[in-house]
Amino acid sequence: MPQNYVPVFIFIAVVGTLIPITLLLTKLVRPSNPHREKLLPYECGIDPVDRARGRYTVRYYIVAILFVVFDVETIFLFPWAVKFKAFGLFGLLEMLIFLGILIVGYIWIWQKGALEWV
Amino acid sequence: MLSLPIFLVASVVKIVLVIFILLTAVAYTVWLERKVVGHMQNRWGPSRVGPFGLLQPLADGVKFLLKEDLTPPHVYRPLFIAAPMIAVICALTSISVIPFGTAIPVAGHIIPLQITDLNIGLLVILGVTSIGVYGVALAGWSSNSKYSLLGGLRASAQMVSYEICLGLSLVGVLIVSGSFSLQQIVESQRGYFWGFIPKWNIFYGCQFVAFFIYLMAAYAETNRIPFDLPEAETELVAGYHTEYSAMKFAMFFMAEYANMITVACLATILFLGGGNGPLFGPPLLRLILPTFYFVAKVFVFLFTYIWVRGTLPRFRYDQLMAFGWKFLFPLAIANLVVTALVVAYRS
Repeated sequence: MPQNYVPVFIFIAVVGTLIPITLLLTKLVRPSNPHREKLLPYECGIDPVDRARGRYTVRYYIVAILFVVFDVETIFLFPWAVKFKAFGLFGLLEMLIFLGILIVGYIWIWQKGALEWV
Repeated sequence: MLSLPIFLVASVVKIVLVIFILLTAVAYTVWLERKVVGHMQNRWGPSRVGPFGLLQPLADGVKFLLKEDLTPPHVYRPLFIAAPMIAVICALTSISVIPFGTAIPVAGHIIPLQITDLNIGLLVILGVTSIGVYGVALAGWSSNSKYSLLGGLRASAQMVSYEICLGLSLVGVLIVSGSFSLQQIVESQRGYFWGFIPKWNIFYGCQFVAFFIYLMAAYAETNRIPFDLPEAETELVAGYHTEYSAMKFAMFFMAEYANMITVACLATILFLGGGNGPLFGPPLLRLILPTFYFVAKVFVFLFTYIWVRGTLPRFRYDQLMAFGWKFLFPLAIANLVVTALVVAYRS
């Protein structure tokens, strides 16, 4: 029923106003006493070396791509799982074929070394 | 069925109550963690503020309010301020579809102890917690500090990796229960088989492997030991919230513990039968007992979280990724196929 969705939005609205208001309220009571050394990026007490916008390992991108592939797969599985009993044998075979194709892909990326971290 | 005005009023009252109870629960989970880990390490834990340190969460709250809140000049301001809010709003919102017990009569109306029962409740929780990853990733990036960036990257990579295992472990439950509505998933687990074993999904649905996968993935999703790489103190200071202080830091803290509670609630509902349990006694007791069972099961989960924290060391990052992708993922697929075959054989 569409009216059941209304409380979720009320919830988001309540939390979404409560949290910024808390932040604003703390602004009124807290001290503000900035100092050059307090405002430096934290690096265990020494002056920062180099910038933070440096390079980082490409592995994170690979994980992100794999996530997209396999998460979409999970999303396809959800509606199938809910209606599993209604589909019967046909649904079972269909999904075994779908999973078979995915498992072949999974074995391939494993062979390619995409799952190795360094 | 409630009429619309009563439905709205009841919803608002329930929302305010649930937010209040959830925030209190978050504060006392922190207290419980400090106390239990303290005793496990042969210390007292909080013991000065109030009896058994019970007023410690209050003192912490006041301290968070009164601390200086630094916004360093090197950060990207809009996202730096938005990130903790995204994290905490997503963490709190996911509680809105959790059923806490049966319906209770209030002033002649039957009010279910759940803010709202959506027929896609499980999807709402998964979706909202996925948006929570943005809070962590944006905090890491906008802080413009090396530790924060590394922490944010690690956290996002870890959370998206384990989200797949988490999602796949739920598919088995969905096959057995046949619904996204958390209320109906709880309903489907009512009763006993072989006379005395409860029909919870973990037993009757043969979902113990899925339960194991869910538990591992949930620990990784909430960045808890043994998977707390994003905020590994010994290498990254505090990870993505290194540059945060005062109330903004408290918000990440609240988000983490609220996520723990949501994950525990979800585990209770999906695998351990939610508020189901033996009902007895006078009518009033029968109304309260389901909520009691629910809270007791959630408490067991929260205690296990703390117990694990006091027991296990931290994984290495390559071990974490290998565990998720090379062990949990194939295991989740195998569990899914076996569950499908078992359910097909039964029907």
